[in-house]
Amino acid sequence: MIEVVTVILFGMLAVTAIAAIRLHDLFAVVMMFSIYSLLAAAVFVAMDAVDVAFTEAAVGVGISTVLMLATIGLVGRHEKRPAHRPGLPLAVVTLTGMVLVYGTLDMPRFGDPLAPIHQHVAPHYLQDSPVEIGIPNAVTGVLASYRGYDTLGELTVIFTAGIGVLALLGIRRRKRGES
Amino acid sequence: MDLLGLYNYWIVILLMMMGFYVVIASGHLVKKLIGLNLFQASVFILYISMGTVEGGAAPILRSGVGVFSNPLPHVLILTAIVVGVATTALGLALVVRIKEAYGSAEEEDIHRQDDSL
Repeated sequence: MIEVVTVILFGMLAVTAIAAIRLHDLFAVVMMFSIYSLLAAAVFVAMDAVDVAFTEAAVGVGISTVLMLATIGLVGRHEKRPAHRPGLPLAVVTLTGMVLVYGTLDMPRFGDPLAPIHQHVAPHYLQDSPVEIGIPNAVTGVLASYRGYDTLGELTVIFTAGIGVLALLGIRRRKRGES
Repeated sequence: MDLLGLYNYWIVILLMMMGFYVVIASGHLVKKLIGLNLFQASVFILYISMGTVEGGAAPILRSGVGVFSNPLPHVLILTAIVVGVATTALGLALVVRIKEAYGSAEEEDIHRQDDSL
């Protein structure tokens, strides 16, 4: 049952991506991106990643879309039709895709409980985190405690990006106000 | 050889390559960034599908459930989603700045102006 849901969602993701490629009105492209993120969130629920799903639904669908809409409000919503033919990009993309498919051939099969990823630290997290951290949600336990430095690094990245955005947009406005 | 177990990865690669195509084939900088975001969302799906266990439940530990999905990819992707939005915001700010400096956010117009200098 869940496989059927996943396959249908994948089909809808592909249709949305094709629509995003073919449209030239950027407002419509942003909406397609928003739908794509929401469908991705649904895929995450189907694959048991509920924390990721609601983060994607809030941050990927909400904040990203608002940022993109604000940007096309400033730079204009229409894309010019590209002058060059799509042949070369298509060839590059096909070649890259084939190399990646070749790379998946020795990957563990989908859902295999004996895959190496499930043998290393994950059993420790699943067995000991209720005792060591004391909360039932293993994802939160790992995020905030076992890999707390990762989260600190994430905050550093967000802080740096915020400074960058302010440096690009904020200071310039003040100069214009003075002159 | 059981190739059917790999269809997830192949669909994800297809989606990734669609995002990649938007990045390299479209001329508008905002659309390129949207393509980059499509690529990124596909990579998230790749990671989450690697963490899935057959018959597993969401990793919220409770009695009566024996098999859980792997929480580690979930944590990594939670971090990646938030970092992705931060980098997207920076990229969009750059696009706004480029539009002010060049009067256009189209790649070809920008190249033409740079060449005429």
